[in-house]
Amino acid sequence: MISQFFVLSQRGDHIVFRDYRGEVPKGSAEIFFRKVKFWNDDEAEEAPPNVDGVNYIHVKVAGLFFVVTTMVNVSPSLLLELLQRIARVTKDYLGVLNEDSLRKNFILVYELLDEVIDFGYPQTTSTEVLKSYIFNEPIMVDAGRLPPLGPAAMFMQGTKRMPGTAVTKSVVATEPGGKKREEIFVDIIEKISVTFSSSGYILTSEIDGTIQMKSYLSGNPEIRLALNEDLSIGRTGSSSHDYRSSSGSGTVILDDCNFHESVHLDSFDIDRTLTLIPPDGEFAVMNYRMTQEFKPPFRVTALIEEAGPSRAEVLLKIRAEFSVNVTANTITVQMPVPSYTMRASFELEAGAVGQTTDYKEGSRRLEWNIKKARNITKEAGPVNMNFTIPMYNASKLQVRYLQIAKKSKTYNPYRWVRYVTQANSYVARL
Amino acid sequence: MAPTAPTAAKSASPSQPSGKSEVADLKQQLRQLAGSRAPDADDQRRDVFKRVISCMTAGIDVSAAFGEMVLCSATSDVVTKKMCYLYVGAHARAHPDLALLTINFLQRDCRDQDPTIRGLALRSLCSLRVPNLVEYLVTPLTTGLKDPSAYVRMIAAVGAAKLYHISATACIDADLPASLKALMLSDPDAQVVANCLHALQEIWTLEAASSEAAAREIETLYSKPVVFYLLNKIKEFSEWAQCLVLELASKFLPSDNNEIFDIMNLLEDRLQHANGAVVLATIKVFLHLTMSMTDVHQQVYERIKAPLLTLVGAGSPEQSYSVLCHLHLLVMRAPMLFSSDYKSFYCQFSDPSYVKKLKLEMLTAIANESNTYEIVTELCEYAGNVDVPIARESIRAVGKIALQQYDVNAIVDRLLQFLEMDKDFVTAETLVLVKDLLRKYPQWSHDCIAVVGNISSKNIQEPKGKAALIWMLGEYSQDMHDAPYILESLVENWDEEHSPEVRLHLLTAVMKCFFKRPPETQKALGATLAAGLSNTHQDVHDRALFYYRLLQYDPNVAERVVNPPKQAVSVFADTQSGEMKDRIFDEFNSLSVVYQKPSYMFTDKEHRGPFEYSEDLTNLTVGAETTENVISAQRYQENDNDLLLSTSDKEDNGTRASNGSSTSTYNAPSDLIGSSLISSQTPAETSLINTIGPTSSSQSNFSLDDLLGLGVTESPAPSPPVLSLNSKPVLDPGTFQRKWGQLALALSQECSLSPQGAASLMNPQSLIRHMQSNYIQCIASGGQPPNYKFFFYAQKDGATAFFLVECIVNTASAKAQLKIKADDGTAAEAFSTLFQSALSQFGLS
Repeated sequence: MISQFFVLSQRGDHIVFRDYRGEVPKGSAEIFFRKVKFWNDDEAEEAPPNVDGVNYIHVKVAGLFFVVTTMVNVSPSLLLELLQRIARVTKDYLGVLNEDSLRKNFILVYELLDEVIDFGYPQTTSTEVLKSYIFNEPIMVDAGRLPPLGPAAMFMQGTKRMPGTAVTKSVVATEPGGKKREEIFVDIIEKISVTFSSSGYILTSEIDGTIQMKSYLSGNPEIRLALNEDLSIGRTGSSSHDYRSSSGSGTVILDDCNFHESVHLDSFDIDRTLTLIPPDGEFAVMNYRMTQEFKPPFRVTALIEEAGPSRAEVLLKIRAEFSVNVTANTITVQMPVPSYTMRASFELEAGAVGQTTDYKEGSRRLEWNIKKARNITKEAGPVNMNFTIPMYNASKLQVRYLQIAKKSKTYNPYRWVRYVTQANSYVARL
Repeated sequence: MAPTAPTAAKSASPSQPSGKSEVADLKQQLRQLAGSRAPDADDQRRDVFKRVISCMTAGIDVSAAFGEMVLCSATSDVVTKKMCYLYVGAHARAHPDLALLTINFLQRDCRDQDPTIRGLALRSLCSLRVPNLVEYLVTPLTTGLKDPSAYVRMIAAVGAAKLYHISATACIDADLPASLKALMLSDPDAQVVANCLHALQEIWTLEAASSEAAAREIETLYSKPVVFYLLNKIKEFSEWAQCLVLELASKFLPSDNNEIFDIMNLLEDRLQHANGAVVLATIKVFLHLTMSMTDVHQQVYERIKAPLLTLVGAGSPEQSYSVLCHLHLLVMRAPMLFSSDYKSFYCQFSDPSYVKKLKLEMLTAIANESNTYEIVTELCEYAGNVDVPIARESIRAVGKIALQQYDVNAIVDRLLQFLEMDKDFVTAETLVLVKDLLRKYPQWSHDCIAVVGNISSKNIQEPKGKAALIWMLGEYSQDMHDAPYILESLVENWDEEHSPEVRLHLLTAVMKCFFKRPPETQKALGATLAAGLSNTHQDVHDRALFYYRLLQYDPNVAERVVNPPKQAVSVFADTQSGEMKDRIFDEFNSLSVVYQKPSYMFTDKEHRGPFEYSEDLTNLTVGAETTENVISAQRYQENDNDLLLSTSDKEDNGTRASNGSSTSTYNAPSDLIGSSLISSQTPAETSLINTIGPTSSSQSNFSLDDLLGLGVTESPAPSPPVLSLNSKPVLDPGTFQRKWGQLALALSQECSLSPQGAASLMNPQSLIRHMQSNYIQCIASGGQPPNYKFFFYAQKDGATAFFLVECIVNTASAKAQLKIKADDGTAAEAFSTLFQSALSQFGLS
């Protein structure tokens, strides 16, 4: 039973505030905001807080806090999923989810909230069902005010964790031309975690992936999404981390996966095809996890040597191990150094263009920014790397084809299948 | 009907307005618009309403404009209407008389042709929360529940719950719960069904406090027909409603194993739902249903591992934390089952420190012979981490693993290597661990002391580390060559050492050293005692004085006090009691798991879920004579360790005896783990059923009773029982408490326990289990030796009548005081005989 729902800006302003049960004392949003500000200074605090019997549960989306309060001992997962879903539905309506778009459309958001939750009970979060109850037209925020979308920037919105498709078009709004463009986006987004030992050997590796879909198709046609034929799910053998068993065979073995409600798995066991009638808006068709050995996109080796009584040299080599057609973006390499570090100097290999190095005194970290990496070559914590590689996926999970049930001969909607790989935790130990 | 998009330019931007002038201005504008028939009046009204809502959002008090808002409310524009409803709903309470003005148009809208308008109006009408308007609510609600549109019925169902909160009597008098129930079991629309269930649960739970009929109604919700009806429709429900139905199913008490397997087969595919809430709710059902079937329960663990790990990786950081907390709970209950998944719990660079902390605890718990090497190696990596709190935790984790006895040898080496890292906090943490390790494994003293002896106490700043070092100096002064001299130098620096903890340890260490090496320590001892006596800290002063007098009285006695032969510590006291963990487990898939506290510790009484009970039961003695050792409600939280509030077992392997004869599959923990597991990859439908087979519960009863050595197999009661009891009675604590208050005392007796039984009461759980095997359930218990108090209940087989028992046992005298109350007084005598015979069997095998 949800007592209240509110969205706060980064400065703590109320953007929307809806009280469903009138049981939580006044000032709850302020209490919450003070708590959260306090954590940013000291991460030791654990989420979510409980103050005077009121439970505050929140998610941070696009720099905004989506919060619910409840007096009851409810399922945290339910509320967190619901908050994410509210954010997603709002994005479906507004095209872009940020402070500006929410402020402009707050009345529409209230309309949504009325239908999504009644007396604290979740009702429906389907963009499609909601359509018939929402009477406000979304007011579009000026696309020009958004940061320019580079080839990879489209994946870079929101948090690092799992960006949604950055298609900034409202699912419901009619376009200026009056006719909606028939198109469908399928994004395979993978977050990879790799730990290299000091000798360059891979200690652990994991891929958390998701197949996101965003459909602008009218008339709910059925879609068939075919994955690798040799895809297998569930690792055999006792250990789920047995690297020897599978390397080199080329088959993709997922440890586990889950599917969106609309997905029918009738033919999945036979030909690895997912059948679904995509609901309007953005959703995850499938989430998967893989611990099978894979070829990491970068090899990182780090070497630290004492070069005198109070001096150390770090040699850091990064080697891109993917094809020359693929380009990685916004690569940063970070390394924490001891708190007594006074000074750091860098030497880049001759010929390095567009790269910057920095020693952040405040956070005692070395930073090395590389704009783009194709095949190229820095005391004392593990080295951590951040990057995004569009049109590359480490798991080799592929969408073989995307078939849309044809309504007529001329019906040929645009189909976009895109891949992107991001570093979640890419660490080389010293 | 679609309204034109408002022009964004005209004051539509809801930039945070401020101040009273804004409200006055809005009132003014609203007044002008009230009667306006201008062609653009609708647009203008919309804009002004928008500004009002914007002010309301910003927290500005706009209630002053209530009258004006109501005047402007007559509009056909749905967007404006909705804003008006929103406003009126938020402020009607403060203006009950003005709210009356809105009733008219809301009632009219309730009869609109368009179901959307009908629904909106009904929802708003019920949201007014004004008691004197209740009379206007009942009719629209009753008609709403019968509306041809599912949208309206769905809103009416929730409306009934809203009405209950405004006026419980109005809701009950109109017989709305009955209509809701009928609708729940017949409506074709899944959301209507779900909302009826929401409303019924809320109404009956609140109503149950005063009405037995409502308590019975709640029980019917958990009955087989209802649960199966809803489960069979599960796929029609929205994800959120599925969670509701699953929560209901998790409280269902199946009557046989086939029902359990039916439910599990039906829900199997819910485990691969992309919505984490559905997956967790399903897991709760699986865990709770199989509680009494150890093997299956274990397979459930195997089955749910992979989905949980996927959820950890898939969602937002907040979602993964919540799932990780649940995983943490399961890992702590059954660490063995996760021992091969240790790599999943390695810390990642991007993990926030609260996530890392959880992972470290899990790694510690699952360390066993097969994975200790890898885990400790990984933990040692973290010890060098720049994140100091995590580095500390990692070192502690290594120490805890060492204390768990797996390959201590290698771990001791690692710990000693930490000391070489020469980092202040690392050294301090390590010393504390080495100290604990020595308390448990004194045989390692030689290796440790060689290294510890080399550490200069001047390099350690942290009191805990210093105290640990001083303890070792005292304890092993005979083996450490320069112990007396190190201690002496520490005493010389007494004034610079401010921590009382260190000073206390110094006092004791010097005493110990004195008895082992008197000539070398005598000087230091005098100085220490003098320093201690002049200390202003009470404890330090008292301890110094105590030692001084003790030495004065008789040095031999002093030696026996200070240096007695010590036994190695076998188990260090756990911080959280098994009981507490069990209660958190009962509340799986709730905030309790995230907070790591049972809900009574953070939730108001009125908002507790249905699991909540028991602390009030200790108050039942009011009116009757009070027993000293029954813990009062106030002291309850501090004394959780001593309380045995539920009927659960304390074994940490995940097996739990649930109500009634389901104790039957109770088994010894070691056997469970050793038995072969079904691989988690096979679809659970087949594996779950094939392996277990439908053992009848009566058969398993025998094996179990033997295992427990209760000897009940021969005869549950000495003579053919006059009275037979229901094997699975269900009574919730609230009802118990009420009944106890209402019923007259039927019997009061004293009986004796066998001496063995009294001795077995060292663990009160054993009595609870024993009585359970006789179909007598414990609902609450408490107390400290030698007095224990139990509340039991039982139900006559095939009847609804309950027996309630208060049983106060004194273990010293092996006597039990019984107070029996019964729904059916005539059977009380027979029940008493049965109860006493069961009690007298306790402890005899």
